Amino acid sequence: MTPFDYSRASDVADALRMGAGVQAKFLGGGTNLVDLMRETIERPAALVDITGLPAEITERDDGGLVIGAAVRNTALAEHRTVRTRYPVLSRAILAGASAQIRNMATVGGNLLQRTRCSYFYDDAGSRCNKRQPGQGCDAIDGFNRNHAILGASEACVATHPSDMCVALAALDAVVHLEGRGGARTLPLVELHRLPGDRPDLETALQPGELITAIELPAQPIAARSTYRKVRDRSSYAFALVSVAAALELDGDTVKDVRVALGGVAHKPWRALEAEQALRGGKVSEAAFRAAAEAELAHAVPLSCNTFKIELAKRTITAVLGELAGAAR
Amino acid sequence: MSIAEEAKLAVRGAIQGVMEKAIELAPDSWMPGGKPDSLIATKHGSIGASVPRIDSPLKVQGKAPFAAEFELPGMVYAALMFSTVAKGRIATLDTAQAEAAPGVVLVMTHRNAPRMESMPVFLSAEKAGGGDNLPIMQDDRIHWNGQPIAVVLAETQEQADYAVALIRASYEQDAATTSFATAKRKGTEPGLFMGQPLKTEKGSADAAFKASAAKVEATYTTPRHNHNAIEPHAATVAWDGDRLIVHDASQAVAHTAWSLGKIFGISEQQVHVTSPFVGGGFGGKCLWQHQVLGAAAAKLAGRPVRIALSREGVYRLIGGRTLTEQRLAIGADQDGRFNAIIHSGTVATTRQNGMPEPFILPTMSSYGSPNIKLDVEVVYLDMLANTFMRAPGESVGTFALESAIDELAVSLGIDPVELRILNQPSEDPLKGTPFSSRHITEAWRAGAEKFGWSKRSAPGTVRDGEWQIGIGCATATYPYHRMPGGAARITLTRDGYARVEIAAHEMGMGTATAHTQVVADRLGLSRDQVTFAYGDSLMPGVVLAGGSQQTASIGASVIAAHHVLIKELLKLAGNDSPLAGLGTDEVGTLNGGLAKLDDPSRHESYVSILTRSGRDHVAVEGSASAPLETMHWSMHSFGALFCEIGVNSVTGETRVRRFLGSYDCGRILNPKTAASQFRGGIIMGLGLALMEETQFDDRNGRVMNPSLAEYHVPVHLDVPPIDVIWTDIPDPRAPMGARGIGEIGITGVGAAVANAVFNATGKRVRDLPLTLDKLM
Repeated sequence: MTPFDYSRASDVADALRMGAGVQAKFLGGGTNLVDLMRETIERPAALVDITGLPAEITERDDGGLVIGAAVRNTALAEHRTVRTRYPVLSRAILAGASAQIRNMATVGGNLLQRTRCSYFYDDAGSRCNKRQPGQGCDAIDGFNRNHAILGASEACVATHPSDMCVALAALDAVVHLEGRGGARTLPLVELHRLPGDRPDLETALQPGELITAIELPAQPIAARSTYRKVRDRSSYAFALVSVAAALELDGDTVKDVRVALGGVAHKPWRALEAEQALRGGKVSEAAFRAAAEAELAHAVPLSCNTFKIELAKRTITAVLGELAGAAR
Repeated sequence: MSIAEEAKLAVRGAIQGVMEKAIELAPDSWMPGGKPDSLIATKHGSIGASVPRIDSPLKVQGKAPFAAEFELPGMVYAALMFSTVAKGRIATLDTAQAEAAPGVVLVMTHRNAPRMESMPVFLSAEKAGGGDNLPIMQDDRIHWNGQPIAVVLAETQEQADYAVALIRASYEQDAATTSFATAKRKGTEPGLFMGQPLKTEKGSADAAFKASAAKVEATYTTPRHNHNAIEPHAATVAWDGDRLIVHDASQAVAHTAWSLGKIFGISEQQVHVTSPFVGGGFGGKCLWQHQVLGAAAAKLAGRPVRIALSREGVYRLIGGRTLTEQRLAIGADQDGRFNAIIHSGTVATTRQNGMPEPFILPTMSSYGSPNIKLDVEVVYLDMLANTFMRAPGESVGTFALESAIDELAVSLGIDPVELRILNQPSEDPLKGTPFSSRHITEAWRAGAEKFGWSKRSAPGTVRDGEWQIGIGCATATYPYHRMPGGAARITLTRDGYARVEIAAHEMGMGTATAHTQVVADRLGLSRDQVTFAYGDSLMPGVVLAGGSQQTASIGASVIAAHHVLIKELLKLAGNDSPLAGLGTDEVGTLNGGLAKLDDPSRHESYVSILTRSGRDHVAVEGSASAPLETMHWSMHSFGALFCEIGVNSVTGETRVRRFLGSYDCGRILNPKTAASQFRGGIIMGLGLALMEETQFDDRNGRVMNPSLAEYHVPVHLDVPPIDVIWTDIPDPRAPMGARGIGEIGITGVGAAVANAVFNATGKRVRDLPLTLDKLM
C-alpha cells in the first residue's frame, strides 16, 4: 500500500474542502477501496473519511425515501420500509458480499465499487485499459466468463459488480451530489458510464464531487418486486447474471414493469426494451421470453461467456413469471 | 535419460521385483501385522471414544502459536516480488527506490543472495522435501510466471509490502510452453513416479475391450486446483551462528530439516524445525522456496526473518494439483461383469519436479477384471511445479472411473450399487496379493439402507418446483500407506506419567488427541497421564503427515518404543517383582503397570518399579519395523458415497441437498475427529465437483484468480447435511487396526455428484467443475 494522508470529515463542506486535492479519495466502509489500495491499483495521496457524515434514512411525505450516502448496506437492507415497499432493494443488498462486508460497506461506496475483472486486478502482470488507458485489454481473449455481453467496447469488457445498484436502476433512483459547483442530482442510470474508448472514466462524477444521498421516488410498483442472482456458488460470489424486477398487473395485462440486469455490462443495465415490449401487453411466459429476447438482441458474447445470453433471457423470464404468479 | 541411467533403473527395478515377490510369498508371521496389534482386542479403553480435541482450548483462546506468530528479538519482515513472465531472464532489476524506502533493511535478489544448493526434490531421497529442484535466486533465469525474483526485508510487514511495489523489473523472454493443448500436439512422454513409469497392463485389455458385449468409453477432464489451507504458508527463521532455526507450518519437519541442511551446506542436526500447529496442510505444506528465501535473507541481514505469504503468494509459489485428461474404457459381459478396464490419459507437469498426477491409482485396486491397462502420460510445461493435494490421483481418478461405471450401469440397466458389488475382486486385481481387510460390500449395503437408495427414480423424472432432483453414488478409495523411518521416544516418570515424542504433525485433524488416546491404552494409563509431543525435528522419526500414513507410522513407532520400554522395565523390576522371570513377550500393560498376559495378578505398577529401582524416569527409543505389510497384503480403505442434488431447470445451478459417506477404514480411533476428517474431505470434494478451478492463462502461464474471492471453494450455504457412518472393523494388519482417513473423504465425491446430476437431468457432464453453463 502506498502511503497516504488520512483525515476525517465532520460535515459535507468539510469533506468537499478536504477532498479537493487531485489525488484525494473519499473513504466509506473501505471494503473495495482499501482492497484496491493493498493491490496498489488505487494509490490516493489522501483519504477523506466520510463515515461520520449523516447516515439517515428519511421517509418523505410523498412516500419516497432519502438514504444518506454513509448509511451502511446492512442498515438499508434491514430497514422496515425498504423491506416492505422496496423488497427488490433489500434482497439485492443481501445477495451481495458477506454479512461482515455489508456491515462495513456504505451506500455511497457501493455505487463506486470497481470491477472484479481479474486482469484489472493484476497490476503487476496484465494489461488493462481501465488501469492504464491505451495499454490494451488482456480480458478480451482471456478469462472472461464474468464479463460483459451488453454495451462493451474493444477497449473494455468488464462488468460492474454491484447488486444494490441493479435494484436502484430498476427503481429510478436519483443520486444527490455536491461539489465545488454546488449541488445537483443525477438519475442513477446516468451515474455509471459505458466503457467506450475511456474505460478508466467510470462515472459522471466531477473531480472532488461527493455523493451525499440516494433518493428513491415513491414507487407503488416496487411493493411487488424481487431480485434474483445467478452465480457459481450459493453465496459470496459475484453475479453471472442478476435480475431486478417489479411488476404491476391489471387483470391479465401488464400495467407497468421495471427490469434491470446485473453482471452483464459496465454499468447496472436498465432493460428498457424489455419493459417497453411488455407494457400494456398480456401476461404470458411467451411474452416474458419475447421481452427478454428483445433486450438481449444486441448482446455480443465473448470467448467464455456465450451462455450468459441465454441465462439472462431465462432468468428474466423466470423472475417475471414469479412476480406474475404472486400477483394472481 | 542416458543409457547408463536406464540400465541402473532396470537393475534397480529387477532387484525390487525379486524383493517384492519374496515379501509376497513370505509367511504372514514374518510381516509387521502378522501378529495383530494387541490393542485391537482392547474393547473398553480410550480408543474409540469421542474425545474433544485437546488443542481446542488453546486455539479458541488464541494461545496456539502458529508459524507466523513466533516473535524473535530483532526480527524483520519479508515480502516477495514475483516474475510476470514464464520463461527467460531478468534484463533489468531496479531496487534502488525500494532500498531507500522507509524501514527497508535490505533487498535480496540473485545479485546478492547467498550461494546455496537447490532443494532436494521430494521423494528423491528418504528425507528430501523440496517442491522443485531449481536454483533459488542464484541466477537471472525465470522458470515460471510467479517465480520470486526479489525479497524485501523491512522493520514492518507494511513497509516491506510497500517497498516491493517500488521495484522495477524487465525481462528478456524466451519462448515458453504454457498451453496444455500445444504441448500435447508435440507429443507426450511416459509419466515417471520415483523413477518407475506409471504404466501397467494385465492381460490384453484392448482386445478384451473390443470383444466385450457391453462397452463404455469416454474422456473425462479435471482442471488445475490450488492449495487453499486457511493458514497461508509462513516461516519464522533465525540463524544462531551455524545453526538454523525455522518455526514452520509443516507436514514434514524431519524432511525440511534435512533438506535445509543440504541447501545451506550444514548438517541436519544444525537445523531445528518446529511446527507445533498447522492451519491445514493437504500436501501443500512441505518445503517450498519461501522457507529457503527466508533463511537466505536472514543470513544476509544477520537478523531473524518472518516470511508469511500473502494469499496471492501461495498461488504464485506453492504448487497445486495439475489438470488431467483421462480416457476410461470399460468392457463387460451382459451381466455387467468386467472384462477390461483401460484407464489412460495425460497430465501436465514440470521438469523441476516429479509429480505426474497418478489418476490411475483408484483403478489399481477397486474392481476385478481379467484385463487391465493403465497409463499416465505427461507433457512438460513452463509453470510452477505442481504437487500433492489431498488424495493425489484418487481424487480426480475416481471422477473418471466412477462416472464410467455409472455410465455402464445405465447402459446395462443395472443398479450402479449392484454393479459395483458384482465386480468386487477376491484378491488384489493387479498383484494378486490377499486383502488385509476389505468390507466395502457391507459399507455399500449399510449406506444404501441409511440413504434410502432404493427410492431412486429414472433419470429426469423427479422435480421440486424449478429444481430437478437426482441421487447418485460412487466408490471412495484410498490405500493404506506406511513409510519407512518411523521412530518414537517414550519417557516414563516415577509419578506414573508418560511422555511420547515423535517428529509428527498436527495440522488440525486431531493427531495429538487421537494418539494421546492410543498411547494411554497402550501404556495402561489415563489420558491425563499422557503427553503426546510432536512437531519438532529434534524428536525421533521421519514421519510425513502425508499419504494418510501418519497414524500408521506413529502407531508402529510407538509399538516399537513400547517393546523396548517393557524390556527396560522388566530389567528394572528385577527379581523382587511379581514380574520376575517373565520375558517381554509374556507381559503386557495393565492399570498403570505391567502384568503377565495370562495372569493379571502378577502385576507391578510403573510407579513401584521406578521407585524400587531408584529411578526418576526411564526413557527409551524405538524404530518402527520396515513397512513390508503393504507388499504382503493388499491394504486399502473404501467408502460408499451417496448424494442427492438439485439442478435448477432455469439456471443450471447445482445445489447438493444431502450427502452420505459409508466408510470401511479399519478401526476408528476417535469418532468425533474422524467424522470431521470425513466431512472436511467430502466438502473439499464438493468444491472439486462444483466450483474449484485455477484460472491458468495459457497465453503466459499466469494464474489469474489468486484470491479466495475469485477462486471458489464451498461456502457454508453450499454444504448440505452430511451423514457419515463406518464399519469400524479393525484391519488386523494395521497398527491399532486403523487405516488412515485423511484423504479418502475427497475421493469419489466428484463422481457421486456428477452421477446424481445425470439422474436428475439425463445429462452426463465429463468435465469438472460442474458449473451451470454445462447444465443449461
